Amino acid sequence: MVEPLLRPKRKNPILATRVPTLPPGGRSRAALGLTAAAAEGRFALQVCTDCAAVQYPPREACHRCLSVKLKWRTQDGAGVLLAQTTLHHSNDLFFRERLPWRLGMVRLDAGPTVVAHLHGDVDGAASRVRIGARLDRAGQAVLIALPDTETPNMSDDVQLREMTCDPKFRKVLVSDAKTAVGQAVVRALVAAGADIVWAGHAEPWKKLPGFDRLIALPQVTPVPLDLTDSRSVTELAGEIGGKVDIVVNTAEYHRAAGIGHRVGIETARSEMDVNYFGLLRLAQAFGPALRARAADGPTGACAWVNLLSIFALANFPAHGTFSASKAAALSLAQCLRAEMRPAGVRVVNVFPGPIDDEWTQLLPPPKLLPETLARAVVGALEDGVEDVYPGDVAQEWLERWRDNPKALEREIGS
Amino acid sequence: MPRSRLGYDDVALVAPVTVPYVRYSIRAGHWFVARALAMLLERSGLAKAEVDGACISSFTLAPDSAIGLMQHIGLSPRWLDWLPVGGASGVAGLRRAARAVQAGDADVVACIAADTNHVDSFRLTLSNFSMFARDAVYPYGAGGPNASFAFLTDHYMRTYGATREDFGKLCVAQRDNALKNPLAIFKKPLKLAEYLNARPIAEPLGLFDCVMPCAGADAFLVMRTERARALGLPHVRLLGTIERHNGFPDDPIQFRGGWAMDRDDLYAQAGVTPADVDFFQPYDDYPVITMMQIEDLGFCAKGEGPAFVREHTFTWDGSFPLNTSGGQLSAGQAGCAGGYIGIVESMRQLTGEAGGRQVPDAKVGLVSGFGMINFDRGLASGAALLGRADRY
Repeated sequence: MVEPLLRPKRKNPILATRVPTLPPGGRSRAALGLTAAAAEGRFALQVCTDCAAVQYPPREACHRCLSVKLKWRTQDGAGVLLAQTTLHHSNDLFFRERLPWRLGMVRLDAGPTVVAHLHGDVDGAASRVRIGARLDRAGQAVLIALPDTETPNMSDDVQLREMTCDPKFRKVLVSDAKTAVGQAVVRALVAAGADIVWAGHAEPWKKLPGFDRLIALPQVTPVPLDLTDSRSVTELAGEIGGKVDIVVNTAEYHRAAGIGHRVGIETARSEMDVNYFGLLRLAQAFGPALRARAADGPTGACAWVNLLSIFALANFPAHGTFSASKAAALSLAQCLRAEMRPAGVRVVNVFPGPIDDEWTQLLPPPKLLPETLARAVVGALEDGVEDVYPGDVAQEWLERWRDNPKALEREIGS
Repeated sequence: MPRSRLGYDDVALVAPVTVPYVRYSIRAGHWFVARALAMLLERSGLAKAEVDGACISSFTLAPDSAIGLMQHIGLSPRWLDWLPVGGASGVAGLRRAARAVQAGDADVVACIAADTNHVDSFRLTLSNFSMFARDAVYPYGAGGPNASFAFLTDHYMRTYGATREDFGKLCVAQRDNALKNPLAIFKKPLKLAEYLNARPIAEPLGLFDCVMPCAGADAFLVMRTERARALGLPHVRLLGTIERHNGFPDDPIQFRGGWAMDRDDLYAQAGVTPADVDFFQPYDDYPVITMMQIEDLGFCAKGEGPAFVREHTFTWDGSFPLNTSGGQLSAGQAGCAGGYIGIVESMRQLTGEAGGRQVPDAKVGLVSGFGMINFDRGLASGAALLGRADRY
């Protein structure tokens, strides 16, 4: 039975911080289909369009009928453990530092046999298990055999924690904790067991309801942070940058307008200054220390979360300049992801539909409650997911966009 | 049943040679090929130009293939095969070379398996061994074949009741055999208690279940019987042989190899039965696969391997002489030469050159190959029955 994770002891300052290593990250292009699904928290396998054969490992053609029409289909992962081993030796540095390491061979009810990491709560051979796909520290999909039913400390399993970014006992910076979304994210992180949440707030003279109660929580420490001010960002990084394990960038500037509704570019410039340059300033200041501490014990630095928008995928003209700033932020987040991956720090992009706040007053429901969005952020960290599309609007947009981006463009415009 | 196959009546296996194994070498794979060929020529008295066929198996010639290798060692064969198929290299190479000399495509084929082993080359081989290994095995702990065979061993033990003591008995007997083989890399006796108490590597496997990768080469010549006689060289006859790739693909986990599909064909072609076999050189990178081969090649029924092991003794002078050279587990695994070690040992046994480990009056030997853990199982299997020239 997996023991509950205990609060890690204070770090011995004499010992060197372990340099991050990664599990083997090489994959064929075919296998990256598994990663694409795992990035969203799904376990998918190739299914042959012609003969319905389900196959694994990923291939270029159907092993049964040789069709090349293969589609990735989400699986429930149900299966039975055929065999297991515990490694006491590994040829790879990442695993060598983490031995012993459990592995299982699982026969999926869907047909194929898979090799998987083995959760500590899976008893032994012939156990029913559920295969899940997770991103490992290299950012590539791996399979893990989980117990068939929930167990008390399931998320505390040492192997599973190498694939997730659980906030439990970690120290988190929320870049703007004053807004309704920011406050909800801070509360959700505290509820998930975060050790410290630094609650960033710009313009201290501006009082927003609830913030005083929020910073009264014992885990929460308010810190001055203005993403439009390079000095503010650098100063805070100098103060707490070496301690932050997770950055959640909630800062956002949002006005409802397209091109023709306004004269001048001041609003658009402010959106870019917070939504794009703000991310850039924050990443330059906090990124290096986060990378350096990515193997710093069981609660080391692990993740960076960007609050983007589903409108980053395709412009929503009624909020046209905001959409453009979020598209810029998405592009930058992809750059950040590439730069963080060598250290094993995950960049999580969250793509909500309209949030139920003052700037979306005229948009029809459904609108995402700040609390729902906050739960999605924490859930993504706990599950180790990389891309999150919370809410019905985001899900629908995503589906339309994936199906046919040009059609979505016309549907939005009409 | 497929239509009966052409026999190998006029094929001779000649001049088994071994480039002594070493744990690590700073040489390239090419060095071991060159040494093996030189030893073949020395042993046979043939001139280099008389070797007009070559069959090469190696994992460590990159970026070269067998063709580049020919320029490297200055050979101009009219027939060349390139078979980097690991543990199946020996049987597969023997089969192809035999047909080539029968057909007249080559008169003398040098079959050579050679590999070097640098300090870090095993890890590099593993990480890029195959597409499936890279995508679906290596990212899982990077345990290499130890982890793959740990699964098969765990499953086999639970399904058929094999114990660590059973596997230990095989390993200890092979070590005893190795002590009579000057070419074996392990020189110290192994006791069952040492086997059982060895440090765990990938449970249920301990240290002595795992082969030691090393550098070295094994080789032999294939030619027509009349040529061997004319050269005055002792030779061995090929009685029958099989190979199979990706056998039993629908088995959820490997508990048998392709031999079980083809063994009737093997014995029928050779005109012998398992009872006629005087010694067995199974592929043995891990003892579980030895036990599976005892079953799959017809010495007992599936699942009776553990009982068979308990009933028999496996040293050169035992009731079932097995891996009389020490096998890979005690002589070392020199890459693709792991697929050759059983063939050269069988040749030595059948020509009376096995010294202190000579199986008395050995007339028929069985050698098998197994290899290429592409994903979850070994894909290639092969076997050959060899006979003493004066009897077959």
